[in-house]
Amino acid sequence: MNPEILFFFEVLLGGLLAGVMYSLVALGFVLIYKASSVFNFAQGAMVFFAVLSFVGFMELGLPFFLALLVTVGLMVLVGMATERFVLRPLVNQHEDTLLMATIGLAFVLEGLAQLVWGVEVRRLDLGIPDVPIMWIADATGIFVSALDLVAGLVAAVMVAVLAIVFSRTKVGLGLRAVADGHGAAMSIGIPLSQVWVFVWATAGIVALVAGMLWGARAGVQFALVGLALKALPVLIIGGFTSVPGVIVAGLIVGASEKLAEVYIGPYFGGGIEGWAPYMLAVLFLMFRPEGLFGERIIRRV
Amino acid sequence: MYYRQAGTYRTDYAQDMRLLPLKEDRILLGVVLLAAFAVIPFTASDYWLSAILIPWLCLSLVALGQNILMGYAGQLSLGAAGFMAAGAFACWNFMHRVDWMPFPVAVFLSGLIAAAIGIVFGLPSLRVRGLYLAVATLASQFFIVWVIDKFGWFKDYDSSGIITAKDIVIFGKSFTSPAEMYLVVLTITVVLTWAAMNMARGSVGRNWQAVRDMDVAAEVMGLSLLRTKLQAFAISSFYCGVGGALFAFTYLKSVEPAAFDINLSFRVLFMVLIGGLGTIIGSFYGAGFILLLPVFLNIFFHALFGKAVDATITSALEQVIFGVMIILFMIYEPLGLAKLWQNFQERMRRWPFKF
Repeated sequence: MNPEILFFFEVLLGGLLAGVMYSLVALGFVLIYKASSVFNFAQGAMVFFAVLSFVGFMELGLPFFLALLVTVGLMVLVGMATERFVLRPLVNQHEDTLLMATIGLAFVLEGLAQLVWGVEVRRLDLGIPDVPIMWIADATGIFVSALDLVAGLVAAVMVAVLAIVFSRTKVGLGLRAVADGHGAAMSIGIPLSQVWVFVWATAGIVALVAGMLWGARAGVQFALVGLALKALPVLIIGGFTSVPGVIVAGLIVGASEKLAEVYIGPYFGGGIEGWAPYMLAVLFLMFRPEGLFGERIIRRV
Repeated sequence: MYYRQAGTYRTDYAQDMRLLPLKEDRILLGVVLLAAFAVIPFTASDYWLSAILIPWLCLSLVALGQNILMGYAGQLSLGAAGFMAAGAFACWNFMHRVDWMPFPVAVFLSGLIAAAIGIVFGLPSLRVRGLYLAVATLASQFFIVWVIDKFGWFKDYDSSGIITAKDIVIFGKSFTSPAEMYLVVLTITVVLTWAAMNMARGSVGRNWQAVRDMDVAAEVMGLSLLRTKLQAFAISSFYCGVGGALFAFTYLKSVEPAAFDINLSFRVLFMVLIGGLGTIIGSFYGAGFILLLPVFLNIFFHALFGKAVDATITSALEQVIFGVMIILFMIYEPLGLAKLWQNFQERMRRWPFKF
């Protein structure tokens, strides 16, 4: 194959796989938004908190699976504490107030994680090599790392499971009811606090998975929070309420930022990656504010 | 108590339209201004002037801008630092390229440039609100800083990528000592605060508040959303730009674009949230709080352990404290420190009675 076309596909594939990582962060966000109509700004902080704790426990000498288990337990605890101390006092408040509170939560989590575990960059070895798989490279000439493939697979499985839970199960129905209105859901007997703990704990676990994959790629460090911010444009493009939309949008964002960086970047001295996703999101907002798959927002007086 | 709202009779329109209807308030303001202009420059130490008071005034201006946008017009923005950067670098370019330009003119023009950029990035606000808008403003934050960073023209192709502030010269007199710079900053702050107070209580401010409370209803009542929202963005960015220019010229002195990162934007946001949404004075409380907390933490640790604690620990602790404060304020007093102070005043007015 023509090497230039090959290079294009390689960049595209790299972008798509990076996009999957953004999708994983955005997924936890959608989960919480769909189930409580809270914009959870703290999702990125949760990713950082989860994976830093995980690495911290490993450093304390816990074996891989025990550390994983302890971190999952910790994220459930974080979910419970969030429900008790942040969400419960703010039931039925305006969306913006809840958003501000989650910005506060994000800072608490980031600060706590660094206070307990320190600020140095850590390596995380999942046992999955982050080097190109040779037989694929030999067969097609395109370099793909095993870590990327695992990330894509994990994202696909998680999205499938969550989509089924939301649309086919009774729990999912309850979650959607809560999202429609806190007060209304409570009045028909949906245990609001349990639903919230469930959702935030699940989002915490999704954050842990995302964090582990990110951490294995980029190292466990504070910069993860900045990477996780890119989940926001993904959400806008995909729509806040759509689980599949998150995946599609993640792919779009990942592919477009890498392609822009490689093909347009050199003309401006690079660094386009830093803002291209946000600009793409702004463009989407101009023409399709509800995102690709989101529900149309109708506002009444 | 001498401080009472009852018993003030207004007998003509001029009295009715006064900025401060209470005589006690006017006296208090006079005393504060007199102290700020005539006492502090001569008594405060250089450390206090250049490390606390000057950045406090600059950041108060920025917080005021953020407050106009968020507290009055209800448009969530995470791009304050981007507009500060625009103001700072615009001001530097005016001073650098036009020799005769006096500092206040350069500051004013850089505010206008920031305002123009604010209008462009405010356009998405016509379609979206809340977090959607926050993401759109994040675009401005990253984009502005990137543009300044990547295009050498903005720094006159300086190889280090860092600009160094020029001396402030107004009508041949140079203002270089901390006390002199403090006076420049104070004057600009007082003028702009006075302007903001008048905008906030006039028709402009009422339009903003109508849009904040329910934009659809405001539009139905015949208010032009396009005009009102973009106006809020422009004026807010103007304040951020002027604040940023002053911040760069009187506090940072040598500036690189990276100084105006997303963290600074969050700090400004916290100033407004902690100080008090939709109050002018709250911006000053909030800026003071965010600025002084690290100082107090250091003193506290010094007293506790007898030695300075690792900076990473204090900064992490700072984050936790900011976060907890935000959550607590959102739950118990969404209108921040300004409202707490107001509550205290009201309590005192009827003290020792409960009602």
